[in-house]
Amino acid sequence: MGIKGGRPHAMTDVPLHYCPGCTHGIVHRLVGEAIDELGVEGRTVGVASVGCSVFTYNYFNCDMVQAPHGRAPAVATGIKRARPDNVVFTYQGDGDLAAIGTGETVHAATRGENIVVIFINNAIYGMTGGQMAPTTLPGQITQTTPYGRDTATAGNPLRVCELLSSVDGVALAQRVTVDNVKHVREAKKAIKKAFQYQMEGRGYCLIEVVSTCPTNWGLSPTDSLQWLRDNMLPYYPLGVYKDVGEKEAKE
Amino acid sequence: MSEKVLMKGNEAIAEAAIAAGCRHFFGYPITPQTEVAAYMSKRMPKVDGVYLQAESEVASINMVLGAAAAGVRVMTSTSSPGVSLMSEGISYIAGSDVPALIINVQRGGPGLGGIQPSQADYYQATKSTGHGDFHMMVLAPSTVQETVDLVAKAFDLGDKYRMPVMILSDGMLGQMMEPVQLPEPREPDNDSKEWAACGHQNKRKHNVVNSLYIDPATLEGLVKDRFERYATIQKEEQMAEEYLVDDADIVIVAYGASARVSRSAVDMARKNGIKAGLIRPITLWPFPKDVLAKAAEHVPKFLTVEMSMGQMVDDVRLAIECSRPVEFYGRTGGVIPTPMEVYDRIVKINGGEQ
Repeated sequence: MGIKGGRPHAMTDVPLHYCPGCTHGIVHRLVGEAIDELGVEGRTVGVASVGCSVFTYNYFNCDMVQAPHGRAPAVATGIKRARPDNVVFTYQGDGDLAAIGTGETVHAATRGENIVVIFINNAIYGMTGGQMAPTTLPGQITQTTPYGRDTATAGNPLRVCELLSSVDGVALAQRVTVDNVKHVREAKKAIKKAFQYQMEGRGYCLIEVVSTCPTNWGLSPTDSLQWLRDNMLPYYPLGVYKDVGEKEAKE
Repeated sequence: MSEKVLMKGNEAIAEAAIAAGCRHFFGYPITPQTEVAAYMSKRMPKVDGVYLQAESEVASINMVLGAAAAGVRVMTSTSSPGVSLMSEGISYIAGSDVPALIINVQRGGPGLGGIQPSQADYYQATKSTGHGDFHMMVLAPSTVQETVDLVAKAFDLGDKYRMPVMILSDGMLGQMMEPVQLPEPREPDNDSKEWAACGHQNKRKHNVVNSLYIDPATLEGLVKDRFERYATIQKEEQMAEEYLVDDADIVIVAYGASARVSRSAVDMARKNGIKAGLIRPITLWPFPKDVLAKAAEHVPKFLTVEMSMGQMVDDVRLAIECSRPVEFYGRTGGVIPTPMEVYDRIVKINGGEQ
């Protein structure tokens, strides 16, 4: 039995550099499939952010722009305002989106900037080797919280979907994960919906993917998935936090 | 050509940009440049353009990066503290080889400083705008008309060399009104950049606008390529105005607002029998070394006048390789030197008695 399906057309053949068990690869594929199924590769522009996923510009076949740390929403704003017919997405990690780029994120959201944001939350800084992220859990040990995150001094984790759900201008804020087949399918549906919403001009769409970092968590890929279920999902419950489409359906 | 109209410097910048085919402006209010943004917010919707007030200068320069990467003519405008916030984005713009126009209507610093005219951002503009090995072209007008003329030139130079260009204005030039003649409006040309990330339309390989190169040899190669471009610019794009230099016993070197003051002082000196002249750099980077080096062959003394504690004076000394004495006179913090003060300095340097 050979490889079934191969990569989506919207992805290049470049081998991914991600660590074994990291969920970036799955999420890349879901984004690629959504672009393929909507037939928009030719008019899509992706924005790579700083962190492990910076090399996404090598992995997607659509045009790509690499943004400074945290500034992907502003760069995406510039692209979308200059080229309203382009389909524009950013791919950002938790440090990029919820620490250094919180201002750009909240203001792109409140402007209802017509972009898709794929937000990878794995509760740690991967690229720099495992330091505390804004989403690091209370008590979680990282390189810069060696005694566990003490919320009294290091602050509390930020719940991004909950935060953005109160912001006018957000069309879709949904938290998904990719720890099993069912969840992968749900994640795919959410990502595709976000792209569709952008094409319909509905506004800012964020899909948060609760993800793993086996290398910096110090766990095997399978143990990482279990740790995600036991620790991440209780703090970051999956679900739809805002969906203007659902609201319209109810009215 | 249109008729002459009386315009405020900041508003003239905005109208000149629209005439040059710019339809994308991202900015943030800060005194004394806010009129640029206010004017753009009024005009851009009338020409199907984009005006967007960002949440910060950090965001506005990154919006500029995005729009520039997408291949459109784009600009922002700010004043000194705002440029500090933009320095990260300007470095990325340079590292990504995309063109963009940045206006700095300088005010007094450091810190929050003041809101009066200053030229204390010369080092920042010409030597250390952001991290890494790069340059930005810096143009320094001294009248409202010249500001208008340099806007279109700045855009064209940015496109030609694929790099950020700054117009270094100041609170005096931004706030003053002078009669100007606007150029014939040009149609926007936003579709001719082959490298732009604006969707490949299934017709070409994907374009990537990027400044990250993990392999040191690759990065070094790209930086060296960029510096070859800089060498061409230094050779071909120097601009300066010379005024009564040929027979001068003393030449003032000044740009922008301080050049206006210095020119009056030169006229006063000439009336009193002192052979003074003026060299006014119009490009600050590339610095007009050639004009200065040539002048140093026969001019015995130089005086640099700036609205700072002395920054361009370093470049003057380097340009003439310290072959002649270069004195400095400056006021800072938003204080503008008077022609009399500069004249007195000319007299002193020239031997004391007038």
